[in-house]
Amino acid sequence: MTGGFDDVVLEARDVVKNYGGVRALKGVNFEIRAGTVTTLFGENGAGKSTLMKILSGVEQPTAGHIILDGAPVVFHSTTDARDRGISIIHQELSLAPNLSVRDNIFLGREIPGRTGVDYAEEDRQTRELLQEMQLPIEPDTMVADLRVGQQQIIEIARALSVNSSILIMDEPTSALAASEVQVLFGIINDLTARGVAIVYISHHLEEALEVTDHAVVLRDGSMTARGERADIDLEWIVRNMVGEDYNLGAPPTGYDFGDPALSIRGLTVLDPENPERAIVDGLDLDVRAGEIVCLYGLMGSGRTELLEAIAGRGGVADGTVLLNGVRLDRQTIAERIELGVGFVPEDRQRDGLVQTMSVGQNLTLSSLKDCLVNGVLSPRAERKLSQQLIADVTVKTDSPDIEIGALSGGNQQKVVIGKVFATRPRVMLLDEPSRGIDIGAKGEVFRLLAARAAEGLTVVYSTSEVGECLSIAHRIIVLNRGRISAEFGPDATKEMIMAASGEAVAA
Amino acid sequence: MTTTTTTTAIITQRKKRSIGKLLIEGRAFLALILIIAVFSILSPNYLTTSNLLIMASHVAIFAILGMGMLMVILNGGIDLSVGSTLSFSAIIGGFLIQGVPINIFGVILYPSIPVVVILSCGVGALVGLVNGILVAKFKVAPFVATLGMLYVVRGIGLLMTNGLTVNNLAGNPELGNTGFDWLGFNRLLGVPIGVIIMGIIAIVLGFLLSRATFGRWLYASGGNERAAELSGVPVKAVTVWVYVISGICSAIAGLILASTLTSASPTAGNTYELTAIAVVVIGGAALTGGRGTIRGTLLGAFVIGFLSDGLVIVGVSAYWQMVFIGGVIVVAVLLNTLQYGRRPRPPASTTPPKIPGADDSPSEPPAPTASGQKTRASTVSSS
Repeated sequence: MTGGFDDVVLEARDVVKNYGGVRALKGVNFEIRAGTVTTLFGENGAGKSTLMKILSGVEQPTAGHIILDGAPVVFHSTTDARDRGISIIHQELSLAPNLSVRDNIFLGREIPGRTGVDYAEEDRQTRELLQEMQLPIEPDTMVADLRVGQQQIIEIARALSVNSSILIMDEPTSALAASEVQVLFGIINDLTARGVAIVYISHHLEEALEVTDHAVVLRDGSMTARGERADIDLEWIVRNMVGEDYNLGAPPTGYDFGDPALSIRGLTVLDPENPERAIVDGLDLDVRAGEIVCLYGLMGSGRTELLEAIAGRGGVADGTVLLNGVRLDRQTIAERIELGVGFVPEDRQRDGLVQTMSVGQNLTLSSLKDCLVNGVLSPRAERKLSQQLIADVTVKTDSPDIEIGALSGGNQQKVVIGKVFATRPRVMLLDEPSRGIDIGAKGEVFRLLAARAAEGLTVVYSTSEVGECLSIAHRIIVLNRGRISAEFGPDATKEMIMAASGEAVAA
Repeated sequence: MTTTTTTTAIITQRKKRSIGKLLIEGRAFLALILIIAVFSILSPNYLTTSNLLIMASHVAIFAILGMGMLMVILNGGIDLSVGSTLSFSAIIGGFLIQGVPINIFGVILYPSIPVVVILSCGVGALVGLVNGILVAKFKVAPFVATLGMLYVVRGIGLLMTNGLTVNNLAGNPELGNTGFDWLGFNRLLGVPIGVIIMGIIAIVLGFLLSRATFGRWLYASGGNERAAELSGVPVKAVTVWVYVISGICSAIAGLILASTLTSASPTAGNTYELTAIAVVVIGGAALTGGRGTIRGTLLGAFVIGFLSDGLVIVGVSAYWQMVFIGGVIVVAVLLNTLQYGRRPRPPASTTPPKIPGADDSPSEPPAPTASGQKTRASTVSSS
């Protein structure tokens, strides 16, 4: 560590990051000071994690510089960054569950002894660390045997053990219990007192405000605001996070809703990780034909599980789901598609697209029977259908024969939506349809859905971006821990919705 | 996400194709031409019609096995039991020709040759069915399930024969079960029957892959099983069927081989599963599933067959033959990597292109602890 407290130790200057054709970061300037906590605020997709990946050497910036202690540096890898004193604690745990706590902490930098690894010394240092973290476990405990919160603390301990001068924490509290959060904050205070610079990212705004010294707000790849703790409050953060400068459409009007198309009673889905806990907890919901309903909730609120249960993916523990009066019970996914359920999954790459196939083949995958002539796939019929779908959902591609991977995120998402449209759904379920696509494409996706709703399609979409609730939805359902905690019309405010989700208590 | 970016991506892709496509995608074909050219120079007997036909009938066995294997590999699986199934089906065929004693009635049943062939193929299908159910229903890793069947089926074959070869497959004219040698010895318009059968299977499976719903389902479930399932593809049924098809192909290859050798050996087809995999890989299929064609696999079979026969003809020692063939396989896999890129294909995470903006999502870096879903379930808010 050079210099004293409050000196800039790490700086990002005009950092740009492109993924394929999309700009995730648009020239961000950002500085980190010794002995302080800098918090990054921003919605999903604002570029927070991308920026952190660049600062920690996971990714290289497309343009711009990283300046460490006054000199430009290039981090070739996380090891490289770690050697220069920068450690990152990821949102997802990166521990090896099959190894002990000690082995995880010293992974990749084992202390050599006379015969192989000096386990005694490693054990001693691990005990010291664990004591500091107030975690009463033995160094040889398997990581797999720990609770998620404890694993998170091990992850932090590992970062501390390399004597980092800059520590990046990406959502470190998302898996911690309240008491563990307080321990973490105590540790953060200790660290800053020692002069360590901390970068903190969290969706829990209030919690973050408790520890932060500086705040930086990112929106859509650009920095929109920065401020000192004394000058900021929750309202300031939310205002700068959400912005007002884009239009995602308005709820379609000029028609009456039909009969209830989707009727859910007492639906309960158990957490596959912890069957004691209901991740969707006795939920009741009616959605009428032509209605657009938005499900808003934090991670773990049950929105994904609710949609997957209707689509036929997850197991339902209790309750009934009626689709136009037909009970959805044991039907396979294919049978549900036949009945009119359309599902756009959250993770497009993992669940939505077949990367080895072309745009056209992806589009027609769910409706191949429409391409059959005398029981044989007709290339002509298929081409006609895929071209029609491309036009319907405005996919920007020269030809249906292009590999799906060549399209941008937004166009890929439109392909997934087009594939579902081709099955002529009556109820369309979309899990975070705007995830990982840019603002322009978001607007187009919402407009497509609004147009179909006006023709009688029932749309249920989930989102974790509050701005998207107030776009095309006729009704906003806020989920909190598997239950509906509030219901709003399109006239709700962002603050009201966020408060109901448990994300931030509005003033 | 403007039109420009998309177009740029398209243009770059086209460029890549125009230059690399001929070399990379036609590599098996180029290799075959090279092999034929080199051996024609080294030996005047190589490029004669009679030799080509002999080599083609050797190729047929591997091509038939390979095409069955291709189905499994397209699905992202592997079938190690094909060599054992080949031998086992031939033994069943041999036993049927020797006669089935039915003790209750004190008679011995001699099924006619078409019945023998159908029953033997049925046995192959049955082995495939067991493989398929183990993989699709009980979620046994394909490598392990079919490795198990490799031993089980081979063992049963050895038990049935006491380890001895079943000879005398000619049948008896009085019993009306002659004609088994037709498969291995006869020719239609000068072309060996085995080669014709290979052609028929290629046409049938090629049609299945390109023009039947099943083929599309197979490519989809091999490319991304989760996405295919959510699109309404009956992925489990597809998986069972590919192993059944592979089993039937093995049985057909077994019968042709037994007919050619006029005997069914319980040790026949040993390590043929590896040759079949090599054939598929040389044909450009991706072992991760979702990519590969019948045409490529046929070419792969010709490359392997023409190479090994050529080496025999020019008198290269058997040990060197192994070295050469091994080298070809490794080069083929290297080229496959070039063609499909070194994309990691984790079972459940993002694949390229990277999703920008999804950077707040729990999918990267691939956490060793859990699949994405697990992470999602465990990152419960604790405000």
